[in-house]
Amino acid sequence: MIIISLTVFVGCIIYSFVYSLTNSKLIPVLDFVGFKQYERLFKTRKWDVAVDNIIIYGFIFTISCLIIGFLLAVFIDQKVRGESIFRTIYLYPYAMSFVVTGLVWKWVLNPTFGIENSMHQWGFLWFEMDWLVNRDLAIYAVCIAAVWQGAGFVMVLMLAGLRGIDEDIWKSLSIEGIPPWRSYLFVILPMLRPMVVTAVVLIAAGVVKVYDLILALTSGGPGYATNTPAMYVMEHFFGRANVGQAFAASIIMFIAVACILAPWAYYEMYRNKKEKEASNVF
Amino acid sequence: MSSRKTPEGKKPQNWSIGRIGIYCFLFSTALFFLMPLYIMIITSLKDMDEIRGGNILYLPKEFSFYAWPKAWGTACTGFVCEGLKPGLIASLKITIPSVIVSVALASLNGYALAFWRFKGAYFFFGLCMFGAFIPYQVMIYPLLKIENVLGIYSTIPGIMLVHTIFGMPILTLIFRNFYSSLPIDLFKAARIDGGSFLKIFFYVIIPMSTPITIVAVILQVTGIWNDFILGLVFAGRDNQPMTVQLNNIVQVDYGVAEYNVDMAATILTSLVPLAVYFVSGRWFVRGIAAGAIKG
Repeated sequence: MIIISLTVFVGCIIYSFVYSLTNSKLIPVLDFVGFKQYERLFKTRKWDVAVDNIIIYGFIFTISCLIIGFLLAVFIDQKVRGESIFRTIYLYPYAMSFVVTGLVWKWVLNPTFGIENSMHQWGFLWFEMDWLVNRDLAIYAVCIAAVWQGAGFVMVLMLAGLRGIDEDIWKSLSIEGIPPWRSYLFVILPMLRPMVVTAVVLIAAGVVKVYDLILALTSGGPGYATNTPAMYVMEHFFGRANVGQAFAASIIMFIAVACILAPWAYYEMYRNKKEKEASNVF
Repeated sequence: MSSRKTPEGKKPQNWSIGRIGIYCFLFSTALFFLMPLYIMIITSLKDMDEIRGGNILYLPKEFSFYAWPKAWGTACTGFVCEGLKPGLIASLKITIPSVIVSVALASLNGYALAFWRFKGAYFFFGLCMFGAFIPYQVMIYPLLKIENVLGIYSTIPGIMLVHTIFGMPILTLIFRNFYSSLPIDLFKAARIDGGSFLKIFFYVIIPMSTPITIVAVILQVTGIWNDFILGLVFAGRDNQPMTVQLNNIVQVDYGVAEYNVDMAATILTSLVPLAVYFVSGRWFVRGIAAGAIKG
């Protein structure tokens, strides 16, 4: 069964690749034109915007998720009261759909009735939060919503890592009299490397696919200022009946994900193998 | 995860002003995380006049429950005014069978992979990992073609098949990792006693796999319930799941936007995953950790 399902995966990718070399419009036809679709793709302004967006979004989202997630984990790990309540609060957005997240933030950031309005009512007239209707800032609004949803996830990973750290290390650190912030930054963080790597890879692989969040939050707008590759693909498949172009774009997406995953998969497999050999169970 | 061992060693903890700082940080971030939920709830309880004239952060002066029944039963998406109700039914019809089928198949797969070793298992493992993270967009069109040929495009079995295929890699990995941690001697003993492949699975393995099954079910229920793009493409017009319906309700182009109805609909849509999350808290966290760390 898994073989069938993996065959489907591989088959679909090959299918997409083959048809990305054709001049298909409304329906896929085998009319090969070489790499013309890719050439066209890279010349399209909209695709450029989409790629720029995904890079900005990916960068900001990944970094802020890591920082916030790590900070939350560290602070929660200080034996605070009501730890589980805090944990529940930080993680609940992760249980929600991207569509829900997008719609909620669309309302919170609503330029007429949202937070901006409240701030103005309280006398903070300088406060501006019109990001959703601002071409240059809309993508940052997407980042905020995404971080709100994803930071808790990183926190869980990091917390699991922190809890796994040996007590003796804490003991020796306190004997040496190293201030906590330094021990966290220079001793604990490097020890959490596998967690950090995992978190980065998972987040990054998710970034490439981002679709519903943006659809709900900005619909790719204003104009096409927050377009992403995933939206570009969907639009050409279903909206514009330019299937060949969509296949080409989707293959590029696939390559991007593969580039993120391959080194990690290799690293994990290598680690697993080494552990197996070391323990020599089987 | 909540039942952690209490550490015996001293953590660096000689700062009491620092502790106030810690709580300040935790409280302010908690406020940030709670704010949207708060706004969602109070907005759904206001009437439109108050929303237009008031402040998004203030509690409603008069509670109005007008928005809830409307979001549930009469809000319009295009020409149909049936609210979220059909979406809920469709979501249930999609989620329940998809979860059962995918979890059952994945546990069988994981068992096969963990105990019946074969050549190229590592290659296989890598392939699964790719399967778990592949962008849907690469697969959507070819899958659509396949389903068209099979004649199940735009039907419940069609969307079920898609969810099963996409869930298979990650679930198989989770199950495989769990079964790999079981003692192999158990399996060997069952072999010696003459158990066949399936017999061992049903009588020995399944009774032992309750915890991992719970994790997998939670993962799938929230995942499938929250899915948007697959439902949009594969479920067909009559079976649009709740998320798609919600988006249609909120994004209607004409008429006056009713933010209270929108927010009520949004809450309704997220009720199931939130309930799963709050009820199963610890398991949910385990699911994330299992899906991520070992994945």
